[in-house]
Amino acid sequence: MSEHVDTSRRRFIGGTAGAAAGMSIAPGVFLNQVAQAKPADQPVTSENRWGMLIDTNKCGDGCDACVRGCMEENGWGDINDSEPHSAPEQKAQWIRIVELRDTRTGYAHQLPLMCQHCKHPPCVDVCPTGASMKRADGIVLVDKHICIGCRYCMMACPYKARSFIHEDLQDQLVVAPRGKGTVESCTLCVHRVDRDGADAVPACAEACAAEGHDAFVFGDLNDPNSEISRQLALHGGTEIRADLGLDLGVRYRGI
Amino acid sequence: MTRLFKPLQSLVLAVGMAFLAIPLLAGAEVPRPDIPQANARYSEAQGCVEPTEEMRKNHMEYILHQRDETMRQGVRTKQYSLEECINCHVPKPESGKIVRSDSKEHFCSSCHSYAAVKIDCFSCHRDTPMPDAEPGMHRLGGGKGHHFTETETELTADVLRAATEEGLQ
Repeated sequence: MSEHVDTSRRRFIGGTAGAAAGMSIAPGVFLNQVAQAKPADQPVTSENRWGMLIDTNKCGDGCDACVRGCMEENGWGDINDSEPHSAPEQKAQWIRIVELRDTRTGYAHQLPLMCQHCKHPPCVDVCPTGASMKRADGIVLVDKHICIGCRYCMMACPYKARSFIHEDLQDQLVVAPRGKGTVESCTLCVHRVDRDGADAVPACAEACAAEGHDAFVFGDLNDPNSEISRQLALHGGTEIRADLGLDLGVRYRGI
Repeated sequence: MTRLFKPLQSLVLAVGMAFLAIPLLAGAEVPRPDIPQANARYSEAQGCVEPTEEMRKNHMEYILHQRDETMRQGVRTKQYSLEECINCHVPKPESGKIVRSDSKEHFCSSCHSYAAVKIDCFSCHRDTPMPDAEPGMHRLGGGKGHHFTETETELTADVLRAATEEGLQ
């Protein structure tokens, strides 16, 4: 399969926006910038590109602390168990544990899989209303105000990262509005990112660290001095289905 | 003319007028919506984040504008955020008593049911404050990051006392 992904269509459609973004991320501009949260009244910019590095070697056998942490933070799953008529495979799943087994050697390990926050997200390409969107700082979200629940994005996503809500919900958490007839997925804990900037720790990473595994590193991929950039420069990282050329925000080590 | 007012015709006319009068009388008796009081004031001068008349008429514009800025650009000021509307206008869930958006005791529904305007905010958004929410973060412009990060104001005890004596509205 060719390494090169023809993005001419994307360039054609988003030409103007792309040119503007390219100018604002001139190399070296923010080399010495001190990491700090943006003021609440300022919009996010493409100076940051938030991402996550997950070391699956540190991932505990059978541990699902990240999944539990995400549930508690965002109020899905057992925490807001209000999808009584939905089958388990229909229910919301923002982050899941995927087990990998080498059939020849029998070697098994696991990794947490969630929205990979692509630079070129297929879910955004196919969305007919513009509800599926990527923020300037690289976080891919669903604007549920204009989501019509068509689920094209779910079909387009190579990572099976999105869920559709089939039933009326109640007592959602303030940080994560979610409801019937809309699609949802990992937000990279965008409410924490907006509050804490580069110091933010998504709930999955927090839960993992609390469990003592510390497999997650969250940070700014655009900042060469951030922990995540340093680790990626030092040890590298793998994108799942890198052949798709989506330039993922979530990278893995040990797979 | 007098020939028109035969007894039978008079009766018909009287009955007809009585029927006409029923809706008029009933209209006069439609109760005004009983709008619950907020649990804090925005400032000494005004109750809500904008003058009450403005909010009654245009609250949806403020919420809509904030909605798109927050969703798309990560702007998270609190002045016009739905979260703060709810924190201030809806009582916290207490044991045995939760005021939900389908109840007329809920601030939004008290008026929206009267005006017969359906809102769908609460199919996704929480309709009550979080248990750990600080009630009335709008109190006199207090609360971190309430307006804009640069212009947080220190409030004197005098202003606080004045507002307390005036009572919450």
